[in-house]
Amino acid sequence: MKTLLKMVSAVALGLTVVPAFLVFAGNMTWRTHAALMLVGAVLWFGSAPFWMHESADEPGT
Amino acid sequence: MPPPGTITERLDAINEFDREPVPETELQGATNFIGFYAGEHVAGTEFVIGPLFVAHGVAAGDLFLGLFVGNLLAVLSWAFICAPIATRTRLNLYWKLRKITGPRLLVLYNIVNALMFCFLAGAMISVAATAVGIPFNMTMPGLNDRYPNSVGWVVAVLLVGGVVTVLAILGFEKIARFSKVAAPWMFLVFVACGIAVLPQLGVTSPRSFWQVANERIWTGVAMEGRVRFTFWHITFFAWFTNMAMHLGMADMTILRYAKKWQYGFFSAFGMYLGHYVAWVASGILVALALQQGGEVAPGPISYLGGGVAGLIAVVVAGWTTANPTIYRAGLAMQTITPGWRRWKVTAVVGLITTVVALFPALMMRLLDFVALYGLLLMPMGAVIFADFWILPKLGLRQDFAEWKKILFAWPAALAWLVTLGACLLINLLWGVEIFFLGLPGWFIATGIYIGASYIQQGSGDLSSATLSGETA
Repeated sequence: MKTLLKMVSAVALGLTVVPAFLVFAGNMTWRTHAALMLVGAVLWFGSAPFWMHESADEPGT
Repeated sequence: MPPPGTITERLDAINEFDREPVPETELQGATNFIGFYAGEHVAGTEFVIGPLFVAHGVAAGDLFLGLFVGNLLAVLSWAFICAPIATRTRLNLYWKLRKITGPRLLVLYNIVNALMFCFLAGAMISVAATAVGIPFNMTMPGLNDRYPNSVGWVVAVLLVGGVVTVLAILGFEKIARFSKVAAPWMFLVFVACGIAVLPQLGVTSPRSFWQVANERIWTGVAMEGRVRFTFWHITFFAWFTNMAMHLGMADMTILRYAKKWQYGFFSAFGMYLGHYVAWVASGILVALALQQGGEVAPGPISYLGGGVAGLIAVVVAGWTTANPTIYRAGLAMQTITPGWRRWKVTAVVGLITTVVALFPALMMRLLDFVALYGLLLMPMGAVIFADFWILPKLGLRQDFAEWKKILFAWPAALAWLVTLGACLLINLLWGVEIFFLGLPGWFIATGIYIGASYIQQGSGDLSSATLSGETA
């Protein structure tokens, strides 16, 4: 389950940043990029908290 | 010891849980510090600082080189000034300072710190409010606005401030955890927003970036009413943005958990991701906003780059950084509100912060405020440095206030106040801008503290003093 969640998170980060480069290269419209970024945000916050919380603590504080 | 029931006793009680040096078993690995620094320095305020550089008319070459040098100096300050003392004492700033200043002076320092936290959190709430207001067509504050400019702005700030305060009352730990989860995503939002709008500025290939950067983004021409920033402004600003944390020693609280002092170099992940890439990206966004004649507040510019996801990033960035700041301010304020429950103190701090956030001047003059914040707290860091490294070499005792059970150590107070007075004089007499005052200020504070300690201890009986580096 954790592996699946991590994969979803990786896809989310990809959807956040890769479309921007495609816009820059002229291969994607800004509107599509913005929509994919939103999907990336939903996927990230839907997956990352469930596998990141253990390693995300502040150092001992 | 302070008399029972006093303000100092209450302050001690709040910090009681980490009174002892960190034991060997609780030291943390490198990845924790990389994560901490990368997360801590990609915050809502990055959406303001990058645009303000553009407003101050910095040239592209000055920006890129100045950020490189300034951030390097910041990393070196963490690594060579803060981390070595943190890893030798294993104490947080509060307890280390208490040994040097005495508990009563520490209360004064704590109150100043709390007020600065309120202002900082206020700026973050303002940032988040600019995103919340977009769906309601709110009139955004402009770069030169000082006072609330619309009813919509007031409502948005009150809404964000209220939510942030309620969440701070309900619990800080979960939100601190959430902010760390958000950090990697937020950094990529900055990158994506910056990259996606480059074609609209005329950048069609990596080669054309530099020309557009010079002609349309960092043009070297300041806006009306703004001082033109040079390489030196950028260098010193980048160096001293977190002066309270490195030269001011606040990050002893974090770095005391480091296995080695070299972990201070991991601050580079925060500096070069947040204070380089994110500042550059937000500068690109505001250049596009100016070109289109649009609004330059964080919300609108993030929407230009990433649409709704950009807005979410601004709200999350503002919220997750304002929340722990309000919590910390509440902790500090608790010392002057005897008998008050934590929720009540946090609510009052949240109210002060929200009222402060109503004034866009704080957000739009963030560069000046950040410089002032660091300058106010830095002298106590210089005092710790001098007390730890230099006094033993002069045959003087470290932690003299603790040894002599002094409640208010005048050498530290003198170093603090005279340094601030001297910096004000340098500013008034020679016109040296606030961004540069930290450097002479640090040497002034160090010199005054050494001289005053020499006078204080010179006639005292030091026969039973321990002059080693041990402070625990």
